[in-house]
Parts: sequence; C-alpha cells; structure tokens
Amino acid sequence: MPEVRSPILELKGITKSFGGVEALRGVDFTLYPGEIHGLVGENGAGKSTLMKIIAGVHTEFSGRFLIDGQETHFRSARDAHAAGIAMVHQELSVAPDLTVAENVFLGNQPTNRLGLVQWRRMAREAGEQLARFGIDVDPMSRLGDLPIGLQQLIEIARVLFSGARIVILDEPTSALSPPEVERLFATLRRLREEGTSIVFISHFIEDILRVSDTVTVFRNGRKVAETAASATSKGALIEAMIGRGGEALEHSYTDDLLLPQPSDRAVVLKVDQLSLARSLQDVSFEARAGEVLGIYGFMGCGQQELSRILFGKLKPDGGTLAVDGAPRTFASTAAARRAGVALVPESRRDMLFHQEPVYKNISISLLDRISSLLLKPAQERDIAKRQVDQLQIRPPVVGLDLGMLSGGNQQKVALAKWLTYPPKLLVLCEPTRGMDVGAKNDVINIVRDLRARGLAIIVLSTEPETVLSLADRILVLKRGAVVREFKSELVSKDRLLEAA
Amino acid sequence: MASSETVPAAGRRARGLGSFLRSQMRNIAPFLTLILLSAFFAFASPSFATLDNLGNILTQVSVTGIIAVGLTFVILCAEIDLSIASIANVTGIAVAYFTLQESYVNIANVPLPGAVAILLALLLCAALGLVNALGLTVIGIPSFIMTLAMMQIAAGISALLVRGQIAYKVPDLIATLGSGSIGGIPWIVIVAAVMLLGGHLVLTYTRFGRYVYMVGGNREAAEYSGLNVKLILGAVMVISAVCSGIGGMLGVAHFGSAQQNEFDTYLLDSIAAVVVGGTSLFGGRGGIGNTIVGLFVLGVLNNGLDHVNIDSFLKILIRGLILLAALIINVYAQRLREKVAE
Repeated sequence: MPEVRSPILELKGITKSFGGVEALRGVDFTLYPGEIHGLVGENGAGKSTLMKIIAGVHTEFSGRFLIDGQETHFRSARDAHAAGIAMVHQELSVAPDLTVAENVFLGNQPTNRLGLVQWRRMAREAGEQLARFGIDVDPMSRLGDLPIGLQQLIEIARVLFSGARIVILDEPTSALSPPEVERLFATLRRLREEGTSIVFISHFIEDILRVSDTVTVFRNGRKVAETAASATSKGALIEAMIGRGGEALEHSYTDDLLLPQPSDRAVVLKVDQLSLARSLQDVSFEARAGEVLGIYGFMGCGQQELSRILFGKLKPDGGTLAVDGAPRTFASTAAARRAGVALVPESRRDMLFHQEPVYKNISISLLDRISSLLLKPAQERDIAKRQVDQLQIRPPVVGLDLGMLSGGNQQKVALAKWLTYPPKLLVLCEPTRGMDVGAKNDVINIVRDLRARGLAIIVLSTEPETVLSLADRILVLKRGAVVREFKSELVSKDRLLEAA
Repeated sequence: MASSETVPAAGRRARGLGSFLRSQMRNIAPFLTLILLSAFFAFASPSFATLDNLGNILTQVSVTGIIAVGLTFVILCAEIDLSIASIANVTGIAVAYFTLQESYVNIANVPLPGAVAILLALLLCAALGLVNALGLTVIGIPSFIMTLAMMQIAAGISALLVRGQIAYKVPDLIATLGSGSIGGIPWIVIVAAVMLLGGHLVLTYTRFGRYVYMVGGNREAAEYSGLNVKLILGAVMVISAVCSGIGGMLGVAHFGSAQQNEFDTYLLDSIAAVVVGGTSLFGGRGGIGNTIVGLFVLGVLNNGLDHVNIDSFLKILIRGLILLAALIINVYAQRLREKVAE
C-alpha cells in the first residue's frame, strides 16, 4: 500500500501565475515510490504547469517543494534531471537527423577513455533497450525516417530508461496506435515494479484509469479531487474535471451513428486524381458548401500531405484542384488564401507566433483586408477582441503574448484568425487533438456554426472520435488512396477502424 | 502605438517591473553600453565630449547608417546580406563611371547627364538586389551563400568598371549630398537621419513592416497564415541592396574618390551596428531604433579610441572585444525574454 511508504515527492501550497493570471492556486501534490499517478483536467487547468515546476522548467513559484522529505529548489531542468526527474513533453523533442541510437543516448553517449563515442557499443545498447520496450528497429537508421508514432515511443523509451526515479509523461499516447499504447503500458507497469514513480497526464480517461494507481483531477488551477483509480469511473472523473454533468458531453461513438443525407449545395472544392510521390494516389473527392467532410486514416495515410496541397504549401505531382469551379494550381499559401482556402494545421507551433500578442496572431491573416498600406492597430484589436469573446478564449486579453495562453486556448486562436472573414473552404487537421472535453465541445460547436454559415469544411484526423463527432460524410484514406466513403448510412468507430 | 515594441502595452502592465525590465533587456543593454562608453571617453579625454566631436561622430556613422537601414530589414527576417559593402562599392563606382571624369583619369567612362547617371546606378543596385532575392526565394540558396557570391560578383563588376584606376567626379546632386552641408549640418547626416526615420516608419506603421516582423518571428507560421513569404524576403533583399547603393554613392562623394575595395570595412560595421543595437539575428525582434543605438555605440567607440592615448594596434583588439561583449548581451537578452515569455 502506498500510504505506509514515505513520499518521494511532496508539493505543498504551490501557486504560480503568468502575467497576473493564476495558473496554479495552492496546489498540494504527493507522489510515492512505485506509483503511477494519473493527472486529468481541462486544457489550462494547470496540469502541465505543475509538471513543469516539478521538472525544473518553471523555477519561479511560491509553495514548498520536498524531495525525499528534503526542501528543494531547482534552478533549472538540469537540476531536476540530477535529482532523478525526467519528463517527456507534449511536443516531440527528438533530433530527426540523428540516428535512433544517438537519440536514445542523447546527452550521454558512451565514450572511451579518449572521450570518443563508442558507436558499436551505443548501437548495441540502444537496440537492447528498445527491444525491452518491444521496439524492433535498426539503431543506426535515421530517426526522422521512422513514423511519428515510433519516434514518440523512442523518445519515451529514452526517458524511461534514463535511470530517472520520477518520470513525467505529458500526453504520451496521442500519436500512438493501440498496440503501441499496450506496449507502453506494459513497460510502465514493469518500471513501477522496479520502484520508479510515474506521473501520467492524458486526455484519454480510459488510459488513465487502466494504468494509474491514483488519479488527481485539476480544474481552474486547483486540485479538485484525488482518488484511487479503482474507486472511480470515467463519468465521475469527467464530472470533476468540468464541474457539470459529464455523460452527456463525452460520446463514446462505439454505437452506430447515422450520417445525414449528403448536402446538395454547391461544390466548393473538387479534387481530381491528385497524386504525390509515395503519399497520395489518385485521390478524388468533392466538398460542398454547408457540409463537413471528414477524412479519416491512420498516421501516415497521406492526410497531412493532402491538407498541405489544398493550402498551396505542397505541389502535387499530378491531378487537379478546382475551387468554386475554377481550376487552381496554388503557387503559394498566399494564393490559396486569396482563393478562399484556410488551413489550421495539426501543430499549433507551426501557425502561431508565440512571442507576439494575441491580437497580432489573429489579425495576421486579414491585414490586407483592413489596410492597404498603413496598419490600423485599433481596428485589429477590435476584431481580435470580438473573436476572443466569441470563442471564449481565456484570459480575454488581446495584448497578452500568445505563449502565455494554455494549449487549448492557443488552438482557438489558430481557428480565430480565419473566422472574421470566413473562407469558402476551411481545412482542419486534428482540430481537437490533445483537448479536454469542454474545449473539444467548444470546437465542435464552432465548426457546426461555420457549417451553418455555409462554409465547406474538411476535417482530417487520425482519431475516429474526432471525425465521427464532426463529419456529415466520411472518407477513409489508406496508404494514400481513398478506400471507402461513408454517407447517409450507419457508421461507428469499429466500422471506421475496419475500413482503414 | 509602435508595433516594433517588444512587449505590447497590455502585457507590460500585467507583468511586474522586474520582468518588464528583463523582457526589455534587448533594448536596455545596448543603451547602457552607449552611456558607459560615452561617459568613459568623456572622462578620459577632454576633446571627446564637445559639440564639434558629436558632429564628427554623426558624420562618421552616416554611410554605415544608410547601409544599415536595409540590413535591419534583412536581419529582422532572420536572413543576412553579405553583399552590402560590395553593392555600395559598385554603385558608387557606377555613378562615377557615368559621369565625365577629368582627362587625366584613365577610365573608359560613359558621360551621361547627372540624373541619368544616378538613375542607372540605382537600377544597377536594385538589379543586384533582385538577383539576391531570386537566388534566395526561387532557387532556394541560403542568403549567407547567395550574398557571398553576390559580394564577389559586385566586386567583379567594380573591377571591370574602374580597372584599378580611381575616379573622382560624381553628379552634382550626389556631390552635394555626400560632401556638402546646410546650416552647418552635413547633408549626409540629414540623408542618413531621413532614411533611418523612413525605415522606422515603414517597419512600425505599415502592413509590410508587420509582415517583416512576423516572417522573422516564425516563418512557418507566416506561411500557414497565407502570407507570401517569398515576396517579403525578396523585397527585403532588394531594399537592402538599394540602401547599400545609396550609401555607396554618397560615400564616394564623401570620400572624394571612387575605387576598388573602398567600402570593405562597411560590411562588418553595418552588421555590427544592427546586431550590437539589439536586433536579433534569429529574426523578429529589434528595429531601426536598435540600429541607431548600435550605430552610436560603434561611432563612439571608433571615435573615442582616437581621443585616448593608447597603442593604435591595440585599438583593433579592443574594438573586437567590445563587439563580442555586445553580441553576448544580445544572446542573453534573447534567453531572458524567452524565460519571461514562458
């Protein structure tokens, strides 16, 4: 029983604020040796902030911080590392141009007495470590050549086997396939047996319940519940997270869902025989006004490339695009924007300016509409303010640097920049990835509202729930080809997975 | 509301004074450097802190200042232009080439009316900038390499035009702007001030200026926002070349001669002025205000070292060390800011 052991880590009354906005308010957190501790909460609830304090990323906060009962204050992530604390961040942080082995040993390559790297030993040991994790890959291959899911597993493996006593995993499963998740969980359980303490943050509450011993729930910077995983349920956790009746919000999509009659309104986008090297083969489809077209497929099925072609970021090898009946070959993203196409890519980092205030992030895509030569800052702020209010972006301060917003709010800003002058075609990649129930619901409502306003919307996702919750019509993409279309018929998670 | 400010007003109010100062480190540090240097030289030499000498300093930094206006745009976009000095040189030589020289000058020059000569010289530098722009954006050559090649190309054109000779005559307008003065103020200082002001206004108050900052801040995000990133990058390369060309023409008039390798020191001086002033080499941060402070740091340093009694060979080393210190501050300011933004 963990209760009789003394805690390895104890935080008392932790408070942390960013620019006057409190991210954590008097939070207590206790972690025992050999425990897997799940953390749940909406975006911006304070989970990641607390973990970054533990990992020495945020060094300024108030409250007490004890390791093995000793008062401690980390001045850097390096201090935390020396104390045996390691963290896998939400965003992949690997070196794609280095080999798998170099990534596994990043920062502490085995060297001989002359200080030269022992390549053979490094490759062998990396191979052994990854094999323990169930990963069978040539340690000398370039990491960037591997699928994203595998890259993430390798990063997790590196941290798990770094000898850390406390391992923090922030959303580790979002890019993993089900068998990969199984392997991760098996490894976590084995490490727990060996006495490692693990903090596990995830929006997948089933995952949290399956692997954790204890679950802590955050809401608005406070800890609202801490319970044994065996003594709670998904519904109870969701309720604690959002503070309102949870069942109605989280649809499990395991049952059949009837898709509506396809829209008979004008065709906004017509894609014909699109192909791109090894990524896409003869992809043809249409997107109509007032319709959400879902495109589902596993990681690497060609979705990402398809979205980039639609927005003029990639040039296809063959095939044609037509927007509103006019054939287009987008030479640049600027040309695509002018033709009325907008894209929100899956990575916020790629489309936002973290060091710039929120209003500049929102106005950047519409500056040419409000000013020909001189800027109009007051108007920019007004427009931003309206979007911030409408999408309930928190905190509602348009002058705040974007980097100070939580992930979910940043995602809303990414959407907000397109909404003042709505495009004809809106392409959304993984619009709800890494979001909590409440924010997901917000996004779903925004998308439905845009559909009602007559936009053609394409949602590309590797999560069946995302596609099922949004789409009126669903295409399944497999190895770069459309293999199945679901329309005005019954569809479910199982059927989608089966088709892909 | 100046959009080049590193922190927006609302964010500034929300944070404490401490973190505000840290986030403004990029702007404060160069300014402190300038004050300390000035105080030191004023203390060390009675002839330094005089109105006359201030005029000297202003005149000495004018050509660098004109060139640095365009370079600020380039560095804000996280690119670099190594061809500025060569383009300045070739433009200065070209304007002399199209002007009737004295009979003892042994250059096969093509005498044209002054206005035409100036126009042709401007077209030349714009064309060279356009080649830089096309190499960078269409072919995809990194600006470091592309402009390194252009540095040679422009030097080559200079060599062909003057063939080792020296030309002296330039059109009257250029001669006045380069070496004349009005009411005791040298025209070249006025031109530099006007161009710096113009650059600041463009960067701060125009849509194009905002785009420059955004492209420098996060190029990927700029592209995903539907900006024509290549067009903006191309434009800054052309702006840089034209500013260099103007600096070159006035410089030739200022020095009184046009010859090969005349501007070689201006490459490092201009880059130093921009970066010492606190504009980030990683793009997106800084501006003309920073460049002006950087120009003064450089000007005070160069001028002040002539007023104090030290080994003239040691001066070069001292200059290098002070520039290094300023660059270290630049990098630390970047880190501090990132910490505040966390």
